[in-house]
Amino acid sequence: MNIVVCVSHTPDTATKIVVGADGKTIDPKGVKFIPNPYDEFAVEEGLRRRDSGTLTLLCVGDDSAKETLRWGLAVGADKAVLIKDAQRNDSFSVANSLAEAIKGLSPDLVLVGRQSIDYDSAQVGPMLAELLDLPVVSFVTSFQINGTTLIAERDVEGGKEVVETTLPCIITAQKGLNEPRYPKLPDIMKAKAKPIEERPAASTPDRTRTIGMRLPEKKQGGKILEFSPENVRELVRLLHEEAKVI
Amino acid sequence: MTILAYIEQRGGQLKKNAFETITAARNLAASTGGKFSALLVGDGVAGLASQLAPYGAADVIVVEDARLAQFSSGAVSTAIAAVAVAESANVVLISNTLHGKDLAPRVAVKLSAGLVPDCVGLDINDGNVVATRPVFAGKARVDVAVTTPNKVFSLRPNVFTATAVEGVSAAARSASVNFGEKDFATRVVETKLNTGKKDVAEADVIVSGGRGFKGPENFNLVENLAEAFGGAVGASRAVVDAGWRPHSEQVGQTGKTVSPSLYVACAISGAVQHLAGMSSSKYIVAINKDKDAPIFGVADYGIIGDVFEVLPALTQEVNALHGK
Ligand SMILES: Cc1cc2nc3c(=O)[nH]c(=O)nc-3n(C[C@H](O)[C@H](O)[C@H](O)COP(=O)(O)OP(=O)(O)OC[C@H]3O[C@@H](n4cnc5c(N)ncnc54)[C@H](O)[C@@H]3O)c2cc1C
Ligand SMILES: Cc1cc2nc3c(=O)[nH]c(=O)nc-3n(C[C@H](O)[C@H](O)[C@H](O)COP(=O)(O)OP(=O)(O)OC[C@H]3O[C@@H](n4cnc5c(N)ncnc54)[C@H](O)[C@@H]3O)c2cc1C
Repeated sequence: MNIVVCVSHTPDTATKIVVGADGKTIDPKGVKFIPNPYDEFAVEEGLRRRDSGTLTLLCVGDDSAKETLRWGLAVGADKAVLIKDAQRNDSFSVANSLAEAIKGLSPDLVLVGRQSIDYDSAQVGPMLAELLDLPVVSFVTSFQINGTTLIAERDVEGGKEVVETTLPCIITAQKGLNEPRYPKLPDIMKAKAKPIEERPAASTPDRTRTIGMRLPEKKQGGKILEFSPENVRELVRLLHEEAKVI
Repeated sequence: MTILAYIEQRGGQLKKNAFETITAARNLAASTGGKFSALLVGDGVAGLASQLAPYGAADVIVVEDARLAQFSSGAVSTAIAAVAVAESANVVLISNTLHGKDLAPRVAVKLSAGLVPDCVGLDINDGNVVATRPVFAGKARVDVAVTTPNKVFSLRPNVFTATAVEGVSAAARSASVNFGEKDFATRVVETKLNTGKKDVAEADVIVSGGRGFKGPENFNLVENLAEAFGGAVGASRAVVDAGWRPHSEQVGQTGKTVSPSLYVACAISGAVQHLAGMSSSKYIVAINKDKDAPIFGVADYGIIGDVFEVLPALTQEVNALHGK
């Protein structure tokens, strides 16, 4: 099966966010970037389903994103394509660049993560479905393929839905889909020598404009009490009379 | 501004987010001198229109089709986009639930509209909507404008407060949509709901437990407190990874994003990835034996103490308040 996996190069989850000088985005100084954690599930699934087919990685980003593509090659992807975009664009623009590249590859299956942990949009998968006219199943925790029929379990509030569709289609990977493997040191070395193809971005203009970025207001003076039976009673009183939540 | 508020229903039932979406649409319409309609899509859902009237929905558009008895993101997004075009709506509001996450991006592409997902605020500046949304796991917020004539906003559940208005009666009218076969390319063949358990994503009160409970056998303390509050049980990733609790209960960056009225974090340190999932809760209570635990930094109220002592006492006090 020929598979495309879209991987995003995102700031580490533990990154401390500092607003940049333009007041609209983060200050990239000292920020460590990693492969988007959900995309690790997508890549792992691609590796398990590929058989004799080709697994191609696509990433929209600047040269620094090659690091994430090299990680993907080290865990076993066959090909890696950097869709070069020096600028940070919105999800629609990213989805367009990905869709253009995917059209030329005609994969049987496109795997993306449930969301990219930078802007946390969870948009690219369903947008690709529209742009490529393919079915999409999101937040998938397991799936089976029989011929061209795909049956997936996906998360919904309060449980799971079992969804049936046909290949080719798009799956967005949720935690629980698999246990991603780690790259081995010799493979990391070998991946350094593997070629990374480059192609230009789709240059679709953004449809959103960031006006400003700010850090959330810090909570002022929480009422923190030492444990005692009286203070437990006081907490219940505060929740009931002050916060009025119980 | 002409606003279309998509009203989510599951199996013919409305959830709280339906009233939040209507209220947000009504407020936007009021502050721009615009108008709004509500949209119900499904099979046999017209009867729900009367439940929307108390929140100010005078005009309810209904799209019904037997094939919509089961959710299909293709068909429902086609219906929303078709109605938006027919009604010349230039703003579409959708709740950012798991179904909404499938719908909003598709509707946006169909309408050539810009989309701001997961909004926690909608304001008007010079007649334009400015949406606020958390990014980087809630560590920052951005204010975003949509630059296209058509605009889609998805709203984080539990954040927009639903408020009722007097004297509105709903008139339902049906709209027909020409579906293609491709609109039903995905079919929900089965829904497996966790019986008898409240989902953290929908609960108004959540009591979450962390590694400090030492083992799954001690989670009855968390369950008892959750029950006293009438809430749901949540968990940190440490506890889920250890196999003490199911992933469906995990709150945080790789779990669920929740914003209940009350979030009680018990023996949870407050790692950034955990805060990512719960920091937009209205009130946060932390219970931890370490006074320097980061969770106290986001807490409105807290008790420094041992959960094995605090939880039974707290459960008893809450039950006493409720006369139990
Ligand atoms: C420093 C920084 C600044 C940014 N500034 C802005 C900004 O000003 N405005 C703005 O709108 N966005 C900005 N972004 C977000 C970024 O440009 C894209 O929007 C992001 O790559 C897509 O994020 P998303 O949350 O929409 O993806 P989602 O829809 O959440 O991603 C879902 C899946 O799509 C795939 N995917 C997502 N992005 C890519 C990619 N780039 N390449 C390959 N696959 C991908 C992955 O499989 C991912 O799991 C910024 C990001 C960073 C790190
Ligand atoms: C990519 C990535 C994604 C992640 N996603 C998530 C996520 O979605 N959700 C999540 O929760 N985490 C997530 N994490 C993990 C996160 O970093 C923390 O490791 C995790 O939240 C810790 O769980 P904890 O607070 O239960 O345990 P700990 O950090 O071990 O904290 C236990 C706390 O209990 C207190 N304690 C101990 N005994 C008692 C007692 N008897 N009484 C009172 N207090 C006591 C301690 O003082 C301590 O503060 C993620 C990490 C990564 C790298």
